Formats: sequence, structure tokens, C-alpha cells
Amino acid sequence: MTDILEVAREQVLGRGVGLSQEQLVEVLRSPDEQLDDLLALAHEVRVKWCGEEVEVEGIISLKTGGCPEDCHFCSQSGQFTSPVRSVWLNIPELVEAAKETAKTGATEFCIVAAVRGPDERLMAQVKAGIEAINAEVDINIACSLGMLTQAQVDELKAMGVHRYNHNLESARSYFGDVVTTHSFEERWETCLMVRDSGMELCCGGLVGMGESLEQRAELAAQLAELEPHEVPLNFLNPRPGTPFGDMEIMAGKDALRTIAAFRLAMPKTVLRYAGGRELTLGDLGTREGLLGGINAVIVGNYLTTLGRPATADLDLLADLKMPVKELQKTL
Amino acid sequence: MTTVLYCGHCGRETGDGAHEACRRALTLEPPRYCDQCRRRMIVQVHPMGWTARCSTHGELFSS
Repeated sequence: MTDILEVAREQVLGRGVGLSQEQLVEVLRSPDEQLDDLLALAHEVRVKWCGEEVEVEGIISLKTGGCPEDCHFCSQSGQFTSPVRSVWLNIPELVEAAKETAKTGATEFCIVAAVRGPDERLMAQVKAGIEAINAEVDINIACSLGMLTQAQVDELKAMGVHRYNHNLESARSYFGDVVTTHSFEERWETCLMVRDSGMELCCGGLVGMGESLEQRAELAAQLAELEPHEVPLNFLNPRPGTPFGDMEIMAGKDALRTIAAFRLAMPKTVLRYAGGRELTLGDLGTREGLLGGINAVIVGNYLTTLGRPATADLDLLADLKMPVKELQKTL
Repeated sequence: MTTVLYCGHCGRETGDGAHEACRRALTLEPPRYCDQCRRRMIVQVHPMGWTARCSTHGELFSS
């Protein structure tokens, strides 16, 4: 039997063709003794097809908590007994957050709202926020506002939104165990509309939510099918009061294998460290992931939890001699 | 100096258990409960910091 790493070297590194779902299962089942070789190959793939640069982004919650959806990993659902209270950010604070983010060298600033989809009030607040940020800060603006209609896609594009985030969250076959208030297909449809609009599509998911290795591979393959510009990879951070609040934190080696597998599924995408890496990987694992397929980071804090200090990540990138991607307005 | 009565992470009384896990958790998340009255606070997390406001006991900031 041919070793999966040999196959990946010829297929992904050599020809830029991502691994199939079945091949990804083999990668995710590979033994610990092969992990260093797997990460080294994923890094080679990243450098060959994406380059040395790392994309830096900051995120901010415009509307926190009180979400009507029941995503079982999320502390912002209004359906659980999470201690997170509902609150809106005002425009001056939003602009200040964009300035803080730009000071780190970040090229992306993502405005996020905990909603099923945006209503008129939220769209108006986003429009006002984007105008205020553009007046004072030189940074690409992304949004993550839930499921969209075609009219809302068009409106966001007209506002100058550079990239839109809408994660698949989990594989189609596991989605019903994670969310019951909307379907995988509804999420998929928003992703297609965003992609077809010309905005960059940012679409990832979470791992470590009790899914099988096969379902983890399925998620990677389904993401690859969407061909997103960026894939944020989250590791479950079990939040108190949520249905997944008592789950175990994913093992670091499994997380690293997942990073490599996602890179081998999508050799040309921006693969971003998102939430949960501090708990799952720690400082050493963060470094290994950057040398194992990751080429983008969220700096500073997340939406309701805290990340490593931005300086820790920027110092690490400097230490690894990985240049931070510079701003190029693409829209 | 004010005595801390409640855990900012879980909201239970500080004398009720050791709260070791809560202290670890608070290195990676802001407090959610007021340490004086255990009200759930309104918390805003920013890229480089956070604020947490109790309607009775005022606002806390990240250091």
C-alpha cells in the first residue's frame, strides 16, 4: 500500500490538487510517529502554493449574545444558561477597535454579530460602522452577520465589505448534532451567494465537538468544494452553560493532524488559526501549527474570550521569519 | 480595599470551594459575574482588552 504522505507529496505539493475525503481520513488516522513528517509536508505545501506571508486579522463583536440560534458550542445563544449578556458596541468603540487592530499590522478587521441574519437595524449599524472606519483607518473590512438574502449580499458588497465569513461549523452528516434551529443547506446557500457576489468567502468550522475522524475529513472536503478564499479553523473551547460545555478539550496532536489535513485538502486557501488554539495547542503547539500548514492568525482577543497577547504572535512570526502580509485593497 | 465575595468566573461564593479552575479560566476570559454582588455583568471584549460593567458596582477594565 502506498503511504498517504507519498501520495500527498505528488498530488498536493506537486500538482496543487487537494486530497479527497477518503485520503483525508487516512491522514487523520496517521500515527503519532508520522506527525512531524506530516506537518513538514503541509508546511511545504503552504509555502509552495500560498507563499511565506502570514495574514493577520482582528475581530470584534458588534452585537454580543441574545442569538436565537442554538449552535451547541456557542455561549452567545439566548437559548442556554450561559453568563454572556446581550450588548451592542457603539461606533466610536468600533472605530477604536479597528485602529488597535491596524496598529498590529493586521490587514483584516472582521465585524461580527450574534444573529440568525441581519435585520435593518443591524445593516444600518454596519453601514455606519464601515463608513466611520474607512474615514479613519486603512484596513480591509470583513463581516460575519449570519445568513443573508441576496439583497443583503448585494448591499454588503456595495458597502465595500471585502470578505464575508459564514462557517459551515461542522460536516453535513454531523450538523444536526450541533445546530437544530437552521440547516446545513441554509448555511451552504449563503456561502454560495457570497462567493458568487465577488466578495471573498471566508468559511471554516470547528473541530473537537464529538465528531468522528471521518466527519472531520468530511468537513474539510465540503469546505474544499466551496473553494473559500479563507478557512478559519476553530478548536472547541467548551463554554459553561452550553450543551458542549462539558466536552473534553481536543488533544494537541489531533489538532495538529487536523491542521495538516485541512492544508492538504485546500493547498491554496488562507488557513487561519481561529478560536480555541490557546487551550488546545498552547504556545508550543501554536508554533508547530504555523510550521504545519497555517498561514493566517487572529491576533488579540476573540468575541467573548481572550487570546494570546498580539505581541506574542507577532514576535513568534518574526522568530519564524514569516513576513506579515501587507495591505492591498482588493475591492 | 474591597473584599471579593463572589467568583468572577462561576459566580459562586469565593469561600465555596477552591476555584482553581476558575482562576485558570480567567486568564483566557473576562469575568462575567460581579465579585461584590454576583450580578451578571455586561462584558465587551475588544481585540486588545475588555470591559465588564455591573449596574451597581461600576466598570472593570483589563489591565
